[in-house]
Amino acid sequence: MVDARGYSCPIPVVMVQRAVKAENPQNLTVLVDEQVCVENVTRFAKASGYSVTVTRDGDDYRMELKK
Amino acid sequence: MKKVNWMVVLSGVAVGIAALALSALGNPANMGFCIACFERDIAGTLGLHSAAVVQYMRPEIIGLVLGAMIMALVKGEFRAKGGSSPATRFLLGALVMIGALVFLGCPLRMMLRLGGGDLNALVALLGFVLGIFVGTLFLKRGFSLKRSYTLGTAEGAVLPVLLIVAGVAFLLFPALFKVSEKGPGSMHAPFIVALLIAMAVGAFAQRSRLCMVGGLRDAMMFKDFKLLYGFVAILIVTILGKLALGGLKMGNLTPFKLGFTEQPVAHSAHVWNFLGMALAGWGSVLLGGCPLRQLILAGEGNGDSAVAVFGMIAGAAISHNFGLAGAAGKPAAEAVSLNAKVVILSGFVILLIISLVNLPKEKKA
Repeated sequence: MVDARGYSCPIPVVMVQRAVKAENPQNLTVLVDEQVCVENVTRFAKASGYSVTVTRDGDDYRMELKK
Repeated sequence: MKKVNWMVVLSGVAVGIAALALSALGNPANMGFCIACFERDIAGTLGLHSAAVVQYMRPEIIGLVLGAMIMALVKGEFRAKGGSSPATRFLLGALVMIGALVFLGCPLRMMLRLGGGDLNALVALLGFVLGIFVGTLFLKRGFSLKRSYTLGTAEGAVLPVLLIVAGVAFLLFPALFKVSEKGPGSMHAPFIVALLIAMAVGAFAQRSRLCMVGGLRDAMMFKDFKLLYGFVAILIVTILGKLALGGLKMGNLTPFKLGFTEQPVAHSAHVWNFLGMALAGWGSVLLGGCPLRQLILAGEGNGDSAVAVFGMIAGAAISHNFGLAGAAGKPAAEAVSLNAKVVILSGFVILLIISLVNLPKEKKA
């Protein structure tokens, strides 16, 4: 789980990148709170071979990354 | 997979055309748009510095913020937030501005100058790339200015409202403000036209997330070239526009001229152009975006970016009050003062400290 709420891009993407590098997880949940971060994390995740589903939870976005 | 993001390209084209149009309408040559220069002019018109040639209430800055704010409101992306190391951001904003003013332009104007054939900007671009690269080394190791928090809407409205008040006061009570009678500050497009053009650009930039620093940064860090297309689009539009229209003598729209010498509002102190933009590039990476992007984010309600903008305005005042800004048109040996050299080099030390102290504390084995 990467909680990147409150961080502005590109920090959330770096957090996801570091998590992927460290553990290469099959599933990863990412929380962000900016639309632009959803776009950026999605681009990075897809380029790294993950599929992405996004659900909105109030002001936050919950992103499920799956390999 | 290489998918061109056309919104970013369109945004870059819009910025390029707007810059050409604004120069044709009266803004200085190769300075249709320049965030650093225009915030410096605003600092001047408010009397925060007394460099008589660079004082004017630039409507472009007001328009960019308002355009971004309106678009963010329409798209439901306006959100007041802040609290991510504001004092550090103020300092970073000031350093970015000081670096940019040694070169005489923000990253955006660097591209406009390059598009006009000014090879001094190419030297600066190399420094900018190096500065961004150094910044990304710290980002990769987990650098961050810590998280921000959602705040009351009023926080997000502070900078936009201040700019509106300043703009209206400038139109109603011009005698209160200082306005250049000669030099770059005296050259400007009609206020309302420039305001409207900048609002359109601000709206585009909000949608596309256009950022001069982000393009190179994302390409280096994630091999993500999305934002870089906008950067390239600005360059291509400027070159083509200047080749096609430069000979028509419209306002201050000068023809494309390749070379180092006799370029508009420029100097050829290569080492300091390089280092100035390296400082601006590194500082901007730590801030999370170039000076243009800070204005757009501030329009979206980001109080941290508003603080960075205040820092840039303060940095501009410091630049001119202490003789740090590059001297346009002077021979290379005289264009950059000793003060400026000391401050630029000290600036790198400050950036290094900020970069190091904001790395994650705990280290995994």
